[in-house]
Amino acid sequence: MAGSGTAHLIGAGALLTVEHLVVEFPAGPGRRVKAVSDVSFDVAPGETLGLVGESGCGKSTTGRAVIQLIRPTSGSVRFQGKELTGLRGKKLREVRRGIQMIFQDPISSLNPRRQVREIVAEPLAIWSDEGGEERQRKVREIFDAVGLDYEGAGSRRPHEFSGGQCQRISIARALMVNPQLLICDEPVSALDVSVQAQILNLLRDMKSRFRLTMIFIAHDLAVVKNISDRVAVMYLGKMCEVSPVEELYMRPAHPYTAALLASIPEPDPNVPPVATENLLGGELPSPIDPPSGCRFRTRCPIAQDVCAVHEPEIRQVSDGHFVACHFPRISPMTIGRGAPAATWASPVTG
Amino acid sequence: MMLIRRGRGSGVAAPSGKKLGWSFWLCIGWLTVVILGAIFANLLPLPDPTAALGAPQNLGPSIHHLLGTDKIGQDVLSQIVFGSRVSLAVGFGATAIGLVIGGGLGLVSGFVGGWIDAFLNSVSLIFLSFPGIILAIALVTFAGHKLGVIVVALGIVATPLVFRLVRTSAQSFAQREFVAAARALGASGIRIVFREILPNVATTLVAYLFMAVGIMIFVEAALSFIGVSVPPPTPTWGVSIDQAVSDLQSNSILWIWPSLALFFTILSLNVAGDAIRKFFGVKESFL
Repeated sequence: MAGSGTAHLIGAGALLTVEHLVVEFPAGPGRRVKAVSDVSFDVAPGETLGLVGESGCGKSTTGRAVIQLIRPTSGSVRFQGKELTGLRGKKLREVRRGIQMIFQDPISSLNPRRQVREIVAEPLAIWSDEGGEERQRKVREIFDAVGLDYEGAGSRRPHEFSGGQCQRISIARALMVNPQLLICDEPVSALDVSVQAQILNLLRDMKSRFRLTMIFIAHDLAVVKNISDRVAVMYLGKMCEVSPVEELYMRPAHPYTAALLASIPEPDPNVPPVATENLLGGELPSPIDPPSGCRFRTRCPIAQDVCAVHEPEIRQVSDGHFVACHFPRISPMTIGRGAPAATWASPVTG
Repeated sequence: MMLIRRGRGSGVAAPSGKKLGWSFWLCIGWLTVVILGAIFANLLPLPDPTAALGAPQNLGPSIHHLLGTDKIGQDVLSQIVFGSRVSLAVGFGATAIGLVIGGGLGLVSGFVGGWIDAFLNSVSLIFLSFPGIILAIALVTFAGHKLGVIVVALGIVATPLVFRLVRTSAQSFAQREFVAAARALGASGIRIVFREILPNVATTLVAYLFMAVGIMIFVEAALSFIGVSVPPPTPTWGVSIDQAVSDLQSNSILWIWPSLALFFTILSLNVAGDAIRKFFGVKESFL
């Protein structure tokens, strides 16, 4: 698993198409951190794509590379048919308006020196030449929409708010430019569980109200389940599995996905605990020197010799469900690209 | 929970009741006296500081000469008040040069990064590896003992110091997510520097600049003490201390007055700078 390929792309009509995205950072002489290695995915208009994986798997880097906050090393990012990777200066700034991002740390996301109404009005200050009154009306409207009181909160500064309220302010700011695509980079990871639900609900409301398409990045499968239409699982800079949300949770095809699902705590004491051999052991390998073949093989319970040699191509296992694994838990449909698992079964030395 | 009420409603952190404190205002008071004294020295009822033998020599404090006179009969208070002009001009002038050049380049360097940052940083390190005071002495020796030259010389000393402070600070804020958010909104680089980064760098910087003025005043005093500042007869604090020290046998308390003026001025600048830093320090995280 943890492979390459583009068989899972929905193709025409996608709002955003990311193909063969590679992001590498220099890490000392002759060494490069391969944060994202040949990742492809696309998002249909109105869809919410969950992007899941452990810390360090490259999901946040992928999110930032989409909006060109980090320049991809290679690959293509097309938004509404327009290629973003080559854009610079004013053209890039204009296209970016269509994509907005919400970050993990709600405090760090807001400039501590500015009043929140100024922060929320910033997009208008950059892009519109409307007068002060029109601007204030719009800011009030958006404050209302995200559940903040303009009169009481507007003139305060970010440190006077709780994390959840700061996240509301971030959402308000992002929505000010009427984006089509909202990238949420672990927007609730830093929040208390009770507040998490409020922010998730708010995002859901905003999604339907502003007809947003979303990429929802999280390390927590339970959070993603509630908000996503489709889920993409990443491991160490590679795509493992892409599937409609119910299918993924009911029938995970990738051993990594299965391990992630098994690690969700079960609140019901009558359900027997997961056998420990199904849980994931060990640490994420270094992205500077990733394992050969399938990157997951070092922690995979079912890895065989072939996994060290050949990198699995992504292929279809059922309708809309794709996996990059030599030995998926669901046998692949022959219509998918790539050879069926059986052909790899012969032992390979190396 | 969903709505924030005006005042100290639930979920809203109470505004911290920070105050600058009496020590800050005391320091500002002293600095105001010194600055006003320097500006309006000509209007004050003081004798000419350079009028040698205008009064009996080595007088103690009296109603005519509040701090007495030195060995050639010059009024000590008048020497200190007029001497503050050089100190303040050098202190504020050199710091202003450091702020404009060092601060401007530091912002660019910290925000843009890359080879520009690597280059500017190397240059600043080269300047810093030079003992500043030797550089100043060399410049003054070659270009002349003029006030303007001293200001520029010490400005050159101050520039890499301010540069490094601003660069480091700008770097750390440039990585913050509100800068990423501003980029995502389509803000231009210039807008981000001035609207997002500068206001955050500024508060640390203001406190540091107060101290920098103190350091520059101190360095100027040291330079004039060893005779490489503005030439006599222009009075300066360093020259006054130098002369008083050489007259220690005939007038044992004379050195105290210019030294106290120097001491309180530098102390005031440091305490005021520190108070400002604390006052503007924003609590940024309590999650």
